[in-house]
Parts: sequence; structure tokens; C-alpha cells
Amino acid sequence: MTNDLRFTALKKTPFHSRTSLASRTNKYYNWNGFTVPTEYSTTELEYTAARNGTSVMDLTPMCKYMIKGSDANRFVDYLVTRDLSQMEDNTVAYIIWCNEDGKVMDDGTIFKFSDSKFMLCCAVKIYNWLHDSGEGFNVTFEDATDTTAALAIQGPTSCSTLKNFGADELELLKPFGMKEFHINGYEVLISRTGFTGDLGYELWTDPANAENMWDSIMEAGKELKIRPFGMNALEMTRIEAGFIQTNTDFMAAEDTLRPVRMRSPYEIGMGWMVHLNKESYFVGKQALKKEKEKGNSERCLVGLDIDGDKPAVGSVIYNEKKEDIGIVTAAMWSPTMKRNVALASLRRPYGIKIKENIFAEIYHPEELEYKKIWAKCKIVKRQFFSPERRNKVPADLYE
Amino acid sequence: MAKNTHDVIVIGAGHNGLTAASYMAKAGLDVLVLEKNEWIGGAAVSRELYPGWKYSNCSYVCSLLRPEIMRDLELYKYGLQIIPYEGSATMMRNGDYYAHYHDHDMTINSIRRHSHKDAEAYERYSRDVLRQCKIIKPLLKMTPPDLTSFKPKDLFGALEFAKHFAAKDELGGLGEKEIYDTIRFYTMSIRDYLDEYFESDITKAHLAGSAIIGTALGPCSPGSAYVLLHHYMGEVDGSVGAWGYSRGGMGSITKAMTGCLNAHGGEVKPDNEVVNVITKNGRAIGVATKKGDEYYAKKIVSNLDVKRTFLKITEESSLPGEFVERVKNFKIRGSSGKLNIALDGLPDFPCIPEGDPGGGGDMHFTETIEEMEGAYDDWKRGEWSRNPYVDMCIPSKSDPTMAAPGKHYMSVFIQYVPFNLANGGWNEERKQEFGRHIVDCISEFSPNFKDLINHYEVRTPLELDNEVGLTEGNIFQGELTMDQLMFNRPVPGYAQYRTPLKNMYMCSSSTHPGGGVMGAPGANAAREVLLDMNIPQTGNYY
Repeated sequence: MTNDLRFTALKKTPFHSRTSLASRTNKYYNWNGFTVPTEYSTTELEYTAARNGTSVMDLTPMCKYMIKGSDANRFVDYLVTRDLSQMEDNTVAYIIWCNEDGKVMDDGTIFKFSDSKFMLCCAVKIYNWLHDSGEGFNVTFEDATDTTAALAIQGPTSCSTLKNFGADELELLKPFGMKEFHINGYEVLISRTGFTGDLGYELWTDPANAENMWDSIMEAGKELKIRPFGMNALEMTRIEAGFIQTNTDFMAAEDTLRPVRMRSPYEIGMGWMVHLNKESYFVGKQALKKEKEKGNSERCLVGLDIDGDKPAVGSVIYNEKKEDIGIVTAAMWSPTMKRNVALASLRRPYGIKIKENIFAEIYHPEELEYKKIWAKCKIVKRQFFSPERRNKVPADLYE
Repeated sequence: MAKNTHDVIVIGAGHNGLTAASYMAKAGLDVLVLEKNEWIGGAAVSRELYPGWKYSNCSYVCSLLRPEIMRDLELYKYGLQIIPYEGSATMMRNGDYYAHYHDHDMTINSIRRHSHKDAEAYERYSRDVLRQCKIIKPLLKMTPPDLTSFKPKDLFGALEFAKHFAAKDELGGLGEKEIYDTIRFYTMSIRDYLDEYFESDITKAHLAGSAIIGTALGPCSPGSAYVLLHHYMGEVDGSVGAWGYSRGGMGSITKAMTGCLNAHGGEVKPDNEVVNVITKNGRAIGVATKKGDEYYAKKIVSNLDVKRTFLKITEESSLPGEFVERVKNFKIRGSSGKLNIALDGLPDFPCIPEGDPGGGGDMHFTETIEEMEGAYDDWKRGEWSRNPYVDMCIPSKSDPTMAAPGKHYMSVFIQYVPFNLANGGWNEERKQEFGRHIVDCISEFSPNFKDLINHYEVRTPLELDNEVGLTEGNIFQGELTMDQLMFNRPVPGYAQYRTPLKNMYMCSSSTHPGGGVMGAPGANAAREVLLDMNIPQTGNYY
């Protein structure tokens, strides 16, 4: 985790000695101040590993916070829109949180060890916000980003790989479940979570164990089509799964320069996570209640199935009168489904009441000229890809 | 009797028959597919002949299957997934190797080890072949126009065809030079074509392989360059010319198609061999099966090759004499064999460094075009090649579903193997002798290969004919030469999927655009049937 340099520079993760060795292309990316591979060899093959075998991704740069104290449970319930009062120990929940204006700050996952101990994982730094929000609660916060090494092990053979690594009976772990394992002489927390929409796990351990964990898992997956997996491939899998990405599909409310660009949960397809009937107050509840009552949400985030095979990256979306009704936030040709898919932020009533005659204007680059394509779009479920194996218990094994 | 009446009967549950059937069922028709084997899939099958190992018994890799078809028929939903290749390699007797990779620049670096000039020529070659792929791509989906007809459909069709040939829309219009290049490409031998770009034997030999796979042409035969194009014009997710494995073997393709067909109310009846097309007053009205059942339908679509369709299951007397003559003369010569091998572990190929992605896809050991031509010379004499060209791959290296972890399935495609074996033809003993010969050839490059073999299946053109139903074992259901392509396929005047019999259609690879697990003949034929029934077509393909 330390740098050779004495001045501040991008940090290296505890897996860096391994990820840099695995990189054939030397393509890196700055993720939350860390150097991580964009691509190891070929994005297509890395993507394939996540849909066919086992993909391994260094997740360490994700923001991770420990929330402890006798009020931890009450605090977490206050922070997020979702009602977590029934959440069981040793489970994980997908969450979003808002500012007081009811605008989404970020999404993430919350790991519950007990009523007095949680771990929060997210994309945008929130340490300061936690302290501000935590006033009056008996709770402490610890930024565990640098002190927890994390790997995502995802794909149809991932359970078999991790069983070979030493995670006995892992196939019985339910989706959004988590369990402590003692492997190779150290503690590893394994959760059945991930950002690929497939069968998959995330592993959390002390940085001192990182290199051994990487090496052992690579060995464990040798016959199970294991491959390190970079950010580019992750972007493909998360679009297919219909997962939203902060500052890509919506702007983090507290970082947004132009207030009109902030989005409420209802405007990014996250209305299902706003539990207004939750007994206690949560940040943004009043504003969200008002928005719900008035029905004045302005935008919506939808899935698009687009004609043709040219990805609608950055496309403007139009109605049949050629009026601008929104923008594509993420787009790709899905290699698994052989479909041209996109996530788009539309101006209501488009996408909610009006779903017909919607078009994307695609500019496809062809040797220094653009081919302009007017492609018809169908509004579909945002979760494009969700195989049965994703939630199967016991998980699929390859033996 | 009433329950044996359908809108459409498709004869043969190969990938084209199932594609046609699925499109027609999606359009609302009641479709029945009759298949002679107990299993479904024709030449796109996955069978477990040895417990624990799945074999792609016939076709073994996928590139040509049109993505629009996969999308329209939602094959993903029914279990189809394509896994791209990592690379390919040719092993050399001096212990060296030649490799291609998924990454273009890695390929350039690799070729440069053999010839600096070839590495740069490869850029020019790739551009020229890609240009030909772009020209041919839109043609694949079209029904070839009848050039002798004055019907508006054919006149417009001919114009459309010519437009694509000049590729005005895709490539911004080709000059005279490029049109000449196209015509030369379609008629040249692969040796002459490659000689215009490359100097090193190994580069040429590696590239020429695609021009001889499945064909009864040699690398020096005019027309072989087109066969290369036929193998390059596919894609894996926009990567033109790339190949991949179908997860779970090639049977996953036809299984997924069957899933789509069933979801739309269609049915496949295996173990029901059609032995006769029932005709009445020049119309096809039904079929009779070996079991003695009769099935009637408004439209009959044959997925059998043109020879089987018209020389075996249709009364000759119901067809025009000239047509029958043309069908008899249709070239459909078997030239390939195959070994499917269950391995107890991963064989070593010392020529290819461990972990090199070049060894992740197809592997070969033919070092010169002359060797390839020599292999062809053996075939001409009615013998299997003593020094054959092989296209071998180990799908289980990429696909975790073919065998248990640590175990491997190897597919070895062999060129050339004759249908009519000299000196008495094929029998069990000679088939096994052929199998042993191939195992010996591979062992030269892999010291532990023989020790790892648990079981292998030997396929000669005779099995492909008898079991799969490919006449003479020709994998393309008819030679891919200019005299049998586009508006000449299968025979002039009948390139539009219709036949001399009213209400009878063809959808096999004997029709345009030809062989390979492409689905285009099936989708094109379905379009013509639907057109004749005035049923609107929808989807990304049309």
C-alpha cells in the first residue's frame, strides 16, 4: 500500500505486485486514487471469463468504512432510504443514500456483522458526510479503504474456484449472504455479492494476506478458466446487469456543480429502495415524500434495446418529432445476448407513459468520418442479463 | 389424419432447418420439424460418446452464425453463449512456432519473428480481406436475384446485388481497381493470392489453411481464395474473421434454436426419417416417413442437401429432366475427416511456450503450401493424406462444460480424406487405421499425447454421409466454387429457395450463401416462404 515516492502520488493496492505482473498491456486507470489495470490482455477475453469461467478483480480502491457502536444499527437505518430494520446479521444489502433534498449521493452495499458493527462499501468518499450525519448517535467511523484488501471473484465457475481455495461449503451461501473463513492461516470474509450480475463473490481480508490470497486463488482456478479482469470488462458486465454507476448514470448529488443535474431515487430507477413507510426518519425522507406525493419527478432511467449493432455511446435520444428527450448514459453491444443495449436518462413522460417511437442518434466513427444512424429503441427492463445461476442455492459447481 | 396437418413441415433438424422453422413459428405458423436421427442438430451437435466428455462431433467452432439470427431467435435465452478464441498457432518441425493472437499488434510482433516484411504485409492483407468481407456481408442475407428474369423483384434485386458488390454504402464506393480485385479474389488460388503479399512459407501456410478446410480444392486450385473468404466473413461481436467456441459444444446452438422453436409452438420429432415427399399435380403436399406415417402441410421445406432432396426423397418423375440433370452434376465431394478425443489431461506441445495464448485456439503443423498441395494429391488418388493438414483445438481449454476440470476434449479436423477410398472403399479396419495414422501425426508434436487418450471417435466422409446425412460427407453441402455460388447455388434458376415443385422449398447449405454454421440459408428460405404466404416478417435479420 505504500509508495516508493515520498511525495503524494497514486497509491498501489496490496495486489499491485500481482496485477502488474499479470498485465500484458500495461494499461492502468486511476480509481479513487489507486493505480489499477484497465485491461490485462484483451477486454473481450476478460469479459468472457466473467460469463464463462472465473474473473478476478482487484476491488481494493472501493471506499470502505467500518461503522461501529451501540447506535450503529439506528444510524445506518437513518443514513439510507431502505428499511434495514429487519436485516439479519451476516448479510449484505444494496443501498442508496440521499442528501436532505432527497437527491441521490451514491449507491453501495452495507455489510451487517451485528447491530453494533457494519461495513459500508461505495464509490464516492463519504467519511466526512458520515461524521456530519452521525452527530447525536453513539457511533464511530473508520475509513478501512487502505486497510482492507478486496477481490471480486465472479463468474459461473467462481464457487468451484473458491472451494478449491479452501472456502468449504461455499455453495450453500445465499445471495447477499456473508461468512468468515479461515484459509491459509488468515481470516477472509466472503460475501456472495458483486457487480457483474452473475454468480460471484467478494473477498475481504487484511492487506498482509493479499499476495498469498491472489496466488492461491489463481492456482485454485487454474482448471476453471480463471483470468484477471480489468475495469473495461467490469464496465461491460455491469451494463449488462443493469447496475448503475455513480457519476456515469447519475451525478453524485453533493459533488454536482449544477443543482438541476441532481437526481432523486425515482429519477434513476431506484424508487423501489425508498421506504417512505419506514418508521424512523432518514436523510431526505421529507423531500422524497413530497416528490412522491406530487409526482413531480422529472427524469427516469430506462433500459434500451436498440436496433442495429452499433453501440449508442453518448447518443441523444429523440421522439418521433425529433425533439430531444434524453441521453444515453452507458451503451454496449452485449456479447452474451447479442443485443445492442443502453441505459438512458429520459425526460418524463418519455420512458414512463410514452414508450413508443423513441430513437437514438448514433454517430459511428468510420475512418475519420461519422456515419449517422437513426436507430429505433425499445424500452426494456434495465436488468438485461440475469441468469438463473446467479441466485441458485446451492451454487453451480464444476467437478 | 387431421392432427398430422401443419402449416409447414421442415425436413431435417440441422441448424438451417431449425433457423427456418423458428422464424416461421415466430411469424405465427404451425411448424413441424422431422429429423431422422434420435438426436437433434444435424452437423451442429454435442454428444457424450464417452462418459464425462462432450464432443462437438461434426462442426466444432462458430463464427459464421449471423448475430442477427442469434438476436432474433433470442438464442442466449435458450442457452447459447459464444466464447472467443485466444489465438492460433502452427507448429514447426524445427521446434519453433508461428502464432496469431486476439490482439492485432501481438500478431504483427509474432509474424515479425519469421519475416519483418510479412509482418507489415499482414496489415495490407488484413485490410484487403476485410474489404472483401464488407462487400460480401450484405449479400449473405439477400435472396440472389434471377438474372434472366424480368420480374420487377429480380430486376431490383439484381441492381441491389450489384450495388452491394460495388459496396457503395459500406465502403463509400469502390474504384475500378477494387472491383477487379474482387473478381480476382473470387477466382484465384490461395497460393497465388498469398504470394502477392508474403514471402515466408510459414506465414503463407498458416493463412492458407482457411482456404482448404472442407473443400475438395487444393491451395493451388483456382477458386480456393474464395473458400478463405468464406471462413473469414463471420465475426465474434464485431471482430470480423474471429472464431469462437459454442459453450457446451456446437449442440448448444441447435438446442437453443429448438428452445426458440418450442417457445413459439413449433415441434421437432426426432427419429422420424422422411423417405418420400408426397406430391399431387406438381405440388408438394406432404411427406411420408420410414415409420409409415404421413404428414401434410401447406409448405414443405427441405434442410437436406440438394442431392438428397431431389435424388433420394422426391420422385424423379415429378421434376423437370433438366433440373434433375443439374442436381446430379452438383459438385458435393467429401474431403474431410475428424477425430474427437477424450483426454485425461492437457497434452504438451513443446513448440508452443506454456501459457502462450497462441495455443488457445486452432493448432496446425503444416509448414508450407507445397505440403498442403501434397496432401491434396493423396486425396485425388483416393487416399487419405499421409501428411495431412489438421485443424485441431482443445475447446475444454476455454469451455468449462466439455469435460471435468483437468480433463480435456480435443477436436481434430483433417484435410484431406476421400469419400471413395481407393482399393475397396471404407471399412471398420481402414477407418481405425486412418484414426491411428492421425494420432501418430499429432504425437510427433506432442510426446505425451498418446498416453492421455481415453477414447476417440473417428469420422470419415462415409460417416458424415450415413449418419449426418451430408452427401459424400461434404461439410458445405456442396462445393463453394463460383459455378455453385450466389445465383448459381444450388443450380441456375433455382437460387431463390423455391423448387420446381410448388409449395416445396430448400433451406440447406446447398443454397445461397452456402455452408458453415451460418443460419443464413435457413433465415433466407423462411423469408421466401413467408413472402409467398403474405405473412409480414419482423426482426433484425430482415
